[in-house]
Amino acid sequence: MSFLKINVIKSLFLLSILAFSLNVFSAPHGDELYGRYCSSCHGKDGKGGVGVPLALHSFINSVSDEYLVKTIRHGRPGRIMPAFLSLSDAQVSAIVGHVRGWSDAPAPAEDTTVVKGNAEHGEKLFASHCVQCHGEAGMGGKGTGVTFSRKRELPIIAPALNNTGFLAAASDVMIRDTITLGREGTPMTSMLVAGLSEEDIDDIVSYIRSFEKTAAELEQTLNGAGSESPVIIVDSPYGLDETVENLKQAITDQNFTLIRTDFLEHGLVEEGKENKKQVVLHFCNFGFLFQALSLDPRVGMFLPCRVTVVEKDGKVKISTINPKRLSKLFNNHELDEYCEEMYEAYITLLEDAIL
Amino acid sequence: MRTMRHYFLVLVFFCCTAPHVHADDLLMVRTQQAFPEAMLALQTSIREHGYKVTRVQRIDIGLTGMGYKTDKYRVVFVGKPAEIQYLVNKYPALAAYMPPQISIFAEQGETVLVTANPMIYSEMIEDDADKILFRRWESDVYSVFDDIRAAED
Ligand code: HEC
Ligand code: HEC
Repeated sequence: MSFLKINVIKSLFLLSILAFSLNVFSAPHGDELYGRYCSSCHGKDGKGGVGVPLALHSFINSVSDEYLVKTIRHGRPGRIMPAFLSLSDAQVSAIVGHVRGWSDAPAPAEDTTVVKGNAEHGEKLFASHCVQCHGEAGMGGKGTGVTFSRKRELPIIAPALNNTGFLAAASDVMIRDTITLGREGTPMTSMLVAGLSEEDIDDIVSYIRSFEKTAAELEQTLNGAGSESPVIIVDSPYGLDETVENLKQAITDQNFTLIRTDFLEHGLVEEGKENKKQVVLHFCNFGFLFQALSLDPRVGMFLPCRVTVVEKDGKVKISTINPKRLSKLFNNHELDEYCEEMYEAYITLLEDAIL
Repeated sequence: MRTMRHYFLVLVFFCCTAPHVHADDLLMVRTQQAFPEAMLALQTSIREHGYKVTRVQRIDIGLTGMGYKTDKYRVVFVGKPAEIQYLVNKYPALAAYMPPQISIFAEQGETVLVTANPMIYSEMIEDDADKILFRRWESDVYSVFDDIRAAED
């Protein structure tokens, strides 16, 4: 290899290191990053909205920086809070620094002491003292906070404890302290004050730790949804026009209302100049729409329902989004059932159209 | 030399793949602006970024009657003609998602905007050169959302 060539490779190597480090280390301004990645849910000033308020002293003074870092990295699978995996370590610690700015006490050190207790007894206590808020088996309070129907003044929704994100982030000691002290300013009150003993609380911690297996299974389901193809696509044996007519019929047969049929390029190019071989049918079922939006208004992004027919090289293809992929996209377990139902409806529709 | 090349490849691999695997799936912004102002800020910024608003779709017709709490919910379809035509023509599977859409809805006097991260479309196409397009869309969405946050001050 010539000297020159080596030099070129060397400088490319250095350049890529430079580019890489710029990419990773540039602009770790905590306030900007928080504004971009967190404020849509937790509020500009950390006072909440969707998700728990981060600025509350009873919260922020009681958790370690490690807890915050891990929570940002893992998210809360199936519970709206996304996992932020594309942020660099420097960016994550800048965000943690920003959040830490809301505290009025130094961050507690991470204490990884294992708490030992009787999980079986813990389960009983959980059923009598915690289930009403944290749900059966610690699945979390109903409703995610991303909803119109829920007023801001209503109490904060109890987080899921049966959750890999929570379990990975929280140390035994953190869980114990939260139960012992509660979180002033939230519905989570001190269980010591409520009459439980320190031993009882240790038992509950052990019970919460035992969620690890079911939590992992839940995450698996979500990841399964994530590996679904984003589209459902089938070949139609019919010509374009006939396929569109078949779909219209199938839409009516499936109790949907056809809202509009137009070209995919509508609004994109001058009227009349659209590609006539790309057609979109918009349809809807208001009951369904209402149900979905009440669960999570963000799904409106994929509504009303659409099915697209495209002819290319004489072949006609019908496609829709794959609703199963959406539960992962929205990271919302409460949508799973709805997405499944939607998926079935789409499949039936496509099958009917190519029958 | 061998090890150098090895490092180089590892580095290239890392630079190119890491962000693709871990794209944040949903992009969201909340603004204290009321719905009409937020909608205006959105459309202005979209145009400033060189995109066309191809349709503004109401999805709340008939919902208020069912007790739905907002009558301010729209889906805004957005794209650059040449890019959409190119993509749909090359990858018919993408048609189901094109043109991309941003939903905007009023919530408690504030306004929330949300869209799928364009990087998820990368899964549907083979040609790496085309994936760069989605990376650019992604950074444009971030930039539009930054504008919307800036507009509230
Ligand atoms: C009246 C409702 C209510 C009851 C009863 C309740 N909690 Fe909570 N809990 C909450 C809320 C709300 C939060 C979130 C507080 C916040 O905003 O920081 C919470 C937070 C927690 C957390 C911290 C979770 C996290 O993500 O940081 C733990 C652990 C916890 N609760 C355990 C328990 C246990 C164990 C019991 C029963 C002994 C219990 N809670 C009873 C409402 C409740
Ligand atoms: C799409 C909405 C959303 C975004 C964006 C979001 N979060 Fe969350 N976050 C939530 C929800 C919802 C929960 C509560 C999960 C539950 O109820 O089980 C939560 C929980 C948390 C917790 C745990 C709080 C506790 O009581 O233990 C922390 C810490 C947190 N988020 C920090 C962040 C940070 C930092 C960011 C930005 C990097 C962020 N979140 C972005 C919705 C979000």
